[in-house]
Amino acid sequence: MSELVLFDVPGPRTRRRMAVVNVLAVLAVAALGAWALVLLDRKGQLAADLWQPFLASSTWVDYLLPGLRDTLRAAGLAIVASAVFGLVFGLGRLSGSRVVRWLSGTVVEFFRAVPVLLMMIFFYQGISQLRVVEPRDVPLLAVVLALTLYNGSVFAELVRSGVHNLPRGQREAALAVGLRPAQSLRLVEVPQALIAMLPALASQLVVILKDTALGAIITYPELLDASRRFGSGNGNILQSLLVAALVFIVINYALTSFAQRLASQVGRHTAGAAKAEAPPLVVAARADR
Amino acid sequence: MDEGYLEKFLSLFDEYDVLAAFWVNIQLSLYAAVIALVIGTVLAVMRISPVPSLRWAGATYVTLLRNTPLTIIIVFCVLGLWGQLGLTLSSDFQTNFFRLAVLGLAVYHAAFVCEALRSGVNTVPVGQAEAARAIGLGFWSAARLVILPQAFRGAVAPLGNVLIALIKNSTVAAAGSVAETSGLMRTMIEFRPDVIFAIFLTFAVGYVIIVVPVGLATTSLSRRLAVAR
Repeated sequence: MSELVLFDVPGPRTRRRMAVVNVLAVLAVAALGAWALVLLDRKGQLAADLWQPFLASSTWVDYLLPGLRDTLRAAGLAIVASAVFGLVFGLGRLSGSRVVRWLSGTVVEFFRAVPVLLMMIFFYQGISQLRVVEPRDVPLLAVVLALTLYNGSVFAELVRSGVHNLPRGQREAALAVGLRPAQSLRLVEVPQALIAMLPALASQLVVILKDTALGAIITYPELLDASRRFGSGNGNILQSLLVAALVFIVINYALTSFAQRLASQVGRHTAGAAKAEAPPLVVAARADR
Repeated sequence: MDEGYLEKFLSLFDEYDVLAAFWVNIQLSLYAAVIALVIGTVLAVMRISPVPSLRWAGATYVTLLRNTPLTIIIVFCVLGLWGQLGLTLSSDFQTNFFRLAVLGLAVYHAAFVCEALRSGVNTVPVGQAEAARAIGLGFWSAARLVILPQAFRGAVAPLGNVLIALIKNSTVAAAGSVAETSGLMRTMIEFRPDVIFAIFLTFAVGYVIIVVPVGLATTSLSRRLAVAR
């Protein structure tokens, strides 16, 4: 609620002044928009035949929808795989054995520090070299593997920080009623941590969905790749990219709003702190331990 | 791993300049970070300002940019701004691509800088703003003299996270034809597939070496700068 404390509820004079600033701001934005439109028009980018293809069903049926399907397929597979990866390594980080803790910690920290694109390129070239997979399946596999390793590590970190954010009484109570530490973890702490972390998990889905667009660099035919092919074929690359971006924005915006609504709902049902924020990166996570 | 493997791998460093590629990524990140910090600060001030239209414009920018894949933004900068609209930022071909990539990285991460700063503003107690108003400061003076200085100190940790993300994301500049690490790694593996693991590990460890100290530094800095309350 930061925006409400910085200034008083405006009185009549301030309201009038604000109305003036509002009008000026709207004019400024409108002028900026108009200037952009004039520039675009001068380059001939506003010509109707560059935009019309997006009203034709063949554009969507032949290019954009298959692209979107492949985007969602890669994202879906990566989400499921990273959930499994995250649960395994998240529990590993909380394990009673020091070796397991250290091993999972190293794996998680490593994959969060390496750029996803490097992993994607590595898997793409590595798997093609092995020649055990159909060549046309290689890009999908590389995209899913890279996304899984990165986002799975983030999920693992979420499980851990979720458990750490639980009030200590939860574990004490579980031990007091006679559960063993591992049972307390499995039956009491992790389920609550997962519920508390649901909003953050949901907002991480946006990251996965966005990062599928990296697949275009290794020839995976997802939405960006499809729109680029369509655009360069029809000479309207600018328009195609805008449409692709719009599709991503609509889906991701829906996901983000869902995550935020979830956060306000979940907060009432768990002992842990629910956050809709994406988890902190690498070392900074240790600050709140 | 026999001795031949190591030798074969080490001979690569005579052929390819790995450090130079990393230097490109570091430069991309530094320039983009400075520009993103400037745009992000302006956006954050807009988002906490009393003027609804400015708040709305800031929020729209953040929503649009944050939900667009960075790859699309970089491709847009090169194919759209340069290819279609003829925007040139340098007469030199390679520098032009570099600057377009910096532009894409900066406008994308500005949205995240804005969010980090807003989380910093949230660390400033409400009483501070009330006190600032009580001594007669208007919004602009209160924000400039009281709120923002503390918000910046409170936002060091999240800003560090944005910087780390930016460093890793600088590899996406490959989509904008900038010769940097991910492109070099690809070329090296293509020509020397026999040492693929060593090549990948070299680049991966390189990023660990860059990213982990940045995280450590911002974490300790955020503790040191934290306003004691």
